[in-house]
Amino acid sequence: MTTLPAATQKKLGLVIDLDICVGCHACVTNCKEWNTGGHMAPLTDLKPYGAGVDGVWFNRVHTFEVSVGDDCRTVHFPKSCLHCETPACVTVCPTGASYKRSEDGIVLVDESKCIGCKLCSWACPYGAREFDTDAGVMKKCTLCIDRIYNENLDEVDRVPACVATCPAGARHFGDLGDPTSPVSRLVQERGGYDLMPEIGYKPTNKYLPPRPRRTRSQQIGAPEVLEPAGNGDRLLQWVDKLLSR
Amino acid sequence: MAHGGPAGEEEVIDTSPVVGDEVKYTTCYMCACRCGIKVYLRDGKVRYIQGNREHPVNRGVLCAKGSSGIMQHYSPARLRKPLKRVGERGKGEFVEIEWEEALSLAAEWLGEIRRTDPRRLAFFTGRDQSQSLTGWWATQFGTPNYAAHGGFCSVNMAAGGLYSVGGSFWEFGEPDWKRTKYFMMFGVTEDHDSNPIKIGLGHLKTRGAKFVSVNPVKTGYSAIADEWVGIRPGTDGLFVMALIHELLKAGKVDLDYLVRYTNLPWLVIQAPGTEDDGLFARDEAGNPLCWDGEKQAPVSALLPEVKPALVGDFTLPDGRAATPAFRLMAERYLDPRYAPERVASTTGVPADTIRRIAAELAHVAFEEEIVLNVPWTDWAGRRHSKMIGRPVAMHAMRGISAHSNGFHTCRAIHTLQVLLGSIEVPGGFRYKPPFPKPVPPAQKPAGKVGEVRPDTPLPGPPLGFPMGPEDLLIEADGRARRIDKAYSWEAPLASHGLMHMVITNAWKGDPYRIDTLFLYMANMSWNSSMNTAGVMSMLTDKCPNSGKSKIPHIIYSDAYFSEMVAYADLVLPDTTYLERWDCISLLDRPICHADGPADAIRHPVVAPDRDVRSFQEVLLDLGARLGLPGMVDADGGPKYPGGYPDYLANHERAPGLGPLAGWRGVDGRKHGRGEPNPDQLQRYVEHQSFWHYELPDGQKYYKMANKDYLEYATTMGFIGKPDQIVMHVYSEVLQKFRNAARGHGTIQPPDSERARIEAYFDPLPIWYVPFEEAAVDARSFPLHALTQRPMFMYHSWGSQNAWLRQIMNRNRLYMHRAKAASLGIADGDWVWVTSHHSRVKCQVKLVEGVNVDTVWTWNAIGKRSGAWALDPDAPEAKQGFLLNHVISELLPPREDGFRYSNSDPVTGQAAWFDLKVRVERCADAEFGETAPQFPTLRKPPGLPDTPKVSRFGAEFRKARTAG
Repeated sequence: MTTLPAATQKKLGLVIDLDICVGCHACVTNCKEWNTGGHMAPLTDLKPYGAGVDGVWFNRVHTFEVSVGDDCRTVHFPKSCLHCETPACVTVCPTGASYKRSEDGIVLVDESKCIGCKLCSWACPYGAREFDTDAGVMKKCTLCIDRIYNENLDEVDRVPACVATCPAGARHFGDLGDPTSPVSRLVQERGGYDLMPEIGYKPTNKYLPPRPRRTRSQQIGAPEVLEPAGNGDRLLQWVDKLLSR
Repeated sequence: MAHGGPAGEEEVIDTSPVVGDEVKYTTCYMCACRCGIKVYLRDGKVRYIQGNREHPVNRGVLCAKGSSGIMQHYSPARLRKPLKRVGERGKGEFVEIEWEEALSLAAEWLGEIRRTDPRRLAFFTGRDQSQSLTGWWATQFGTPNYAAHGGFCSVNMAAGGLYSVGGSFWEFGEPDWKRTKYFMMFGVTEDHDSNPIKIGLGHLKTRGAKFVSVNPVKTGYSAIADEWVGIRPGTDGLFVMALIHELLKAGKVDLDYLVRYTNLPWLVIQAPGTEDDGLFARDEAGNPLCWDGEKQAPVSALLPEVKPALVGDFTLPDGRAATPAFRLMAERYLDPRYAPERVASTTGVPADTIRRIAAELAHVAFEEEIVLNVPWTDWAGRRHSKMIGRPVAMHAMRGISAHSNGFHTCRAIHTLQVLLGSIEVPGGFRYKPPFPKPVPPAQKPAGKVGEVRPDTPLPGPPLGFPMGPEDLLIEADGRARRIDKAYSWEAPLASHGLMHMVITNAWKGDPYRIDTLFLYMANMSWNSSMNTAGVMSMLTDKCPNSGKSKIPHIIYSDAYFSEMVAYADLVLPDTTYLERWDCISLLDRPICHADGPADAIRHPVVAPDRDVRSFQEVLLDLGARLGLPGMVDADGGPKYPGGYPDYLANHERAPGLGPLAGWRGVDGRKHGRGEPNPDQLQRYVEHQSFWHYELPDGQKYYKMANKDYLEYATTMGFIGKPDQIVMHVYSEVLQKFRNAARGHGTIQPPDSERARIEAYFDPLPIWYVPFEEAAVDARSFPLHALTQRPMFMYHSWGSQNAWLRQIMNRNRLYMHRAKAASLGIADGDWVWVTSHHSRVKCQVKLVEGVNVDTVWTWNAIGKRSGAWALDPDAPEAKQGFLLNHVISELLPPREDGFRYSNSDPVTGQAAWFDLKVRVERCADAEFGETAPQFPTLRKPPGLPDTPKVSRFGAEFRKARTAG
């Protein structure tokens, strides 16, 4: 079995804002196009033009409704590897293929050591691992390790592809181990939370909950109803004044 | 050990791989947004496409479609060589031919038409982004039968805006995303536009602005709204009029704004029964009059320092009665029939909600006004030290547009914006240059009697903006002159044509027979037509006597094996968007930002590996072969021997005005107007393929009345002269049609059309029950049925994209859980959806987030078996479906049997969303496959086998490891 680092120097991860994610899938396909030629290339697609098409994706968006009636909310939920602090997907790995980096906390798979046993995917409660049956190895989100340190890219592009491309600005990247980092502050201000904390994997990625919906006029300082300016024949009295063009 | 298990060695990771050996900037074409993209190439192959950070449209982001461009570019459905039909039309039996043969054949057919009667060419382009070229080509050919897909997409929004405020939602305007505090979005079906809406919503929600979405369906954008108003389809206009009612009743209207910027103070003649009734009173110079409250006399309403009255009864010097347009407007919407409690049951929006939203609009507009300390000069030369903003912004799109009452509903929304003083002010709705333009723009449609002649160009462009009945394209007896009946009494203001009627009319020979149907990027035998099965049979139908096809020739250009290919006699294979020159022109449909004009190019970032040519290249070649003026030089040779790029740099539409505004003049230093610059395209390539000019701060708002901006717009050729552009809440153009219907003037509708013209050409916005809903029995067809395209496919071309089809490759019918329960339908059941026209079979998915009387599905997921090079049993064909099959292009018959097109009576906009249906559970034995099904399309010759496994990208890794 594979050991985890006692601590990591950084905790790089994503903060995903569920208040403004519109479920457009930009992050999904931009991840695909970057990574299918990237560190774990390819992200194989089986039967790409047929029935039963099935491909490797590091990032997926699930859309579903929560609750019923007026309380019902349509949720767009992007999900990729959460780069947990104590992930069993690493500790169950019999070969050391699945590992967590001590320098930045990124969880990776070393394909050369992967025997395709899929124990890690069974261990991941988030369903974030993607088995490439064509290559016979497990693949997963690398947090774009070939972008975030990439000196051949403009500095502004040294973020995961999903973050760079998100049209709504709903995805943020940074060091969640540094309480002063912009992402940590965002989590603090907006009440960012862990996905399924009860499992105890301590995910690094955080989700920002939707802001409270303002459906009442008081919430924006407006009255509930407008007062009439006149009545009966005098309905337009307020207009009858000298205006200048 | 730091990491790693029993096997030891740490993984070596290349964290700084070289992404590509070349980087090129061009413009995306995966939808209609036209974002800037940065394309990384490795060994000549596309490695990665990202958004261009500098580009004014997308500012670095890229949507799901743009990010899947690689799979579009390398699709196995790409056509490879010109094809000539050898079997029966529709059977998909083709042989490959050389380009010379293809172009000679096309020139032979088209040449014969041009020599005899140019109208026998119907030239319609679908998702064309080069309409300034294709429209000009039609003009030079001499046929009025030209349009692009706007008539079945959003002409109600374009015409509704251009006939009211001189701009429009989406293309010619945008919300002030940075400053608005209250944003209302009407009927956006996850459509226009893609990235700018997402960027904007992200910003405004992060800033804390309130977002209200009025939409029968709660998905995507509506899902993140503060408030979702799940309105009943087709009733938005009534809802908006109730908001106006509340604002007027409370006096919450920006009167100063109205007198300065709108025609509401103009005096309307009150002389029932006369030909001038309802028109504006004018002075001898033709200026509209207002009543000056100080002078107590009528004066020109266009003068600056006048004091116009907004209410009152006045007598004109000639003794006729007149009243300000404002008064007519106010009296209309103050009528109790627009009171919230009266419209609640029709719209499905509770009266309290309507009252509250009106109160919120008024509060934000008037109590939270924005002041920018930016000096500016108004049209009259008066200097102002600040800009006042009413931070309420609105956006509306297809859910408003695709109804037969959409033109008026769009005008109603603009009226609401105007009353709040929130157009072209900080925090409001902003024009994108080259808009605003005069209301309506000055260009009129060509093709009147005497204007269509053999071997002769039209005297002007085929599309434009009628100012009255005299501008219609009709015969002396009132019949339509265009094959789609645009600009006839059936659709007088059809500014984008009626593409959805072309095939039906051509098949019927109504108003006449054509010879050649020439289509570009328009999937008319599938998801771009109503009555899809009917259209397929019209395309193959033959005259019983002659045995010849009813539509004798069909030429089609497309890059892919779409469903339409099988119905062509001649197929001209287009390039992909990464292989072509193109221009996103200010003469056409601009990509400008409210802060300033912009245009862009595409240039080939990779060379085609097939024998294909861009359609624009082909058009210029055909134009030269046909000897079209402007496309041949004095000796009869091609005017643009360098093809499309030669045209882009050197064509002049007017002296100094060409397809591209940037780097003009011999030294490339002029922008807007200037002589052609032979190096212009090179300058674009060096500047990331776009040109953008940011207006000075003092010109960014009030553009309709901002002297410095109006002068700039005039020098750029956007407008003819720097006069104030007055917004027309009261439309005199509409009243002129109405007066014609009432028996005035020399051009009057036939008797059969009088009542309809009179009813729908109201000079003020009206609401009426959509036509199909009014015509069918509500008990037989109780539900509204809508479509939208998913964000990851909106306005995209095709379903062959290996990545996007993994997100969705079958579609269900979404239905409210309570409604389904009442009909005995369970989640996952299969159902028949039946309209007055036909029925489809599909599977349901039950949801909460939909208006209870509405069902909906994702459009264009369903594909015909075999098309797009998908396997014949792909889910798109077997579990996907089109709602198009149950939408008729014709309304149920009138009493005398006549059937109008299923369109808006003003603009001819296709009324897709008027559909009414009933939904019934199928027998268990019918579960599992959608209906109708059609014979599998045969793959054209030359197309490769599709791969069973795609390992796209493995080569880049291999190259890295090796290198």
